[in-house]
Amino acid sequence: MEPALVCSAVSKKFKEDAGGRKPGEKWWRGLRPKKKILYAVREVSFEVPRGQIFGILGPNGSGKSTLIRIISTLLIPDNGRVFIFGHDVMEKRLLVRRMINRVSVEAAFFKKLSSYENLIYAARLYDLNAAQARNRSREILERLGFPEKKIYTPMENLSRGLQQKVAVARALLTSPVLLLLDEPTTGLDPKSKRDVQNFILEVQREHDTTIILTTHDMEEAEKLCRRLAIIEDGGFVALDTPANLKDSLASQNGGEATLEDVFFALTGKGWEEAQKDAD
Amino acid sequence: MRISRELRATYAFVGRQFNLVKRYFNWEVVFLFYSVINALTIGLIGVTQGPEAVLYLTVGALLWGFLSVLFHEVGESVSWERWEGTIEYTFMAPIRRLTHLGWMCIFAIIYGTIRTGIILAVVAFFFGISLKGANLGSGLLVLVCSSLAFIGLGLMAAVLPLLSPERGSQATHILQGLILLVSGVYYEIDVLPAWLKPLSVISPATYTLKAARAALLEGMSITALGPEMVRLIVIGIILIPLGLFIFNLGERYAMRSGKLARNG
Repeated sequence: MEPALVCSAVSKKFKEDAGGRKPGEKWWRGLRPKKKILYAVREVSFEVPRGQIFGILGPNGSGKSTLIRIISTLLIPDNGRVFIFGHDVMEKRLLVRRMINRVSVEAAFFKKLSSYENLIYAARLYDLNAAQARNRSREILERLGFPEKKIYTPMENLSRGLQQKVAVARALLTSPVLLLLDEPTTGLDPKSKRDVQNFILEVQREHDTTIILTTHDMEEAEKLCRRLAIIEDGGFVALDTPANLKDSLASQNGGEATLEDVFFALTGKGWEEAQKDAD
Repeated sequence: MRISRELRATYAFVGRQFNLVKRYFNWEVVFLFYSVINALTIGLIGVTQGPEAVLYLTVGALLWGFLSVLFHEVGESVSWERWEGTIEYTFMAPIRRLTHLGWMCIFAIIYGTIRTGIILAVVAFFFGISLKGANLGSGLLVLVCSSLAFIGLGLMAAVLPLLSPERGSQATHILQGLILLVSGVYYEIDVLPAWLKPLSVISPATYTLKAARAALLEGMSITALGPEMVRLIVIGIILIPLGLFIFNLGERYAMRSGKLARNG
């Protein structure tokens, strides 16, 4: 069977400002700041079969979101190719866009519009009519525990947890065959986090949706993902099932291992240290 | 099927924009109030010089108001979505860029026409202007024809925030300011220094103003305005595909450099 997603030797680098103006430096030098090269993704290759939840675990700034943006047709890689159900994401961009949807870490909504207005807008972009959108979004929001009376409240007046539930509903409204979840539970309270996680599992089970999930939450990765890639400095340092990743380290060291131990063994860095490096 | 899909998407954009107008209604009222006052103050400058001067100036103010709205709505559409944080979501939607931008333009024309109509009514009442001698049909057609050219310019301006999130929006305002300076909005272009005159020749606003004044002040018919209209249509026919082409190039550049995702 054709894999849902194939990433083949994908690399991406960016030019970034090297820093602000130094004290005493002429002001006009700040108009053309010096650039440095940042290697965001390095030679990443993997395949995801249909219907699997595939996790990408890494600290902030490790390249997870860049990889998701490449898969979601928003970034052109410098090298390598990405195929979704056999279609090259750059050559068949429009076709691929109909098959995917994405939940990003930041709530990307028109803040003054209500969740209902935002969902209707999204539905029309994906060729659903207002009635279909209304029914489906109500159904999804109800399953996510979203209070019905808040559907006409402007997004800016909703909590982060509720906003993220609307983001999940928006992505699922279009019935994507490949769902890209970029840190969907970051910043959520424990209950909202559990609601979203359970819903992700439910969607995968009921609709056989392929899900790519990035996270820096090890528990979440273990709970949701069938297979897991650990990413550090833009490159995959390991790829296996969570159980195999832990077992292989445990068998080397004896005793039990956690994903945090695995990360330390592979990168030489503790998880907290890696997060601090990123900040 | 494909056409119905694109049509539904067009409805998405127009509906979204009208919802935003509703949600920002207080600001809409404030901006409209300011535009009315602006048109009135400009008209009042002409009072000491006679009714013709009042008409000349108010037509300039009204048209510039319309063209500014058009240019702003299209040119700032990328900046606006970047500010809202929705730019990536809109750009990864499965619709053609022509549909996305084309219907932003249609919204801008509808919105600009409604605003201009309201301002025109207030200005006419305030100055006791009679529009009996004006050829309103020709005036409306001038608006439509000039919209094409301004949509093309707007598409080119919209690409600037894609190329540079920080400076693109600033450049859009500079471009708009230049058009205001060289197009004879409040004065004849003859008064411009010789080195600026070539810019007034290539600005579509120059022909828009000339044709609109002829229609509204002299009551000229569509036939009599033929050459100006043809010029505006030709400029539009050139600028719209050129604007789309440039926008597509800009989008590819933003996708290569990662500038779609950046804020600021």
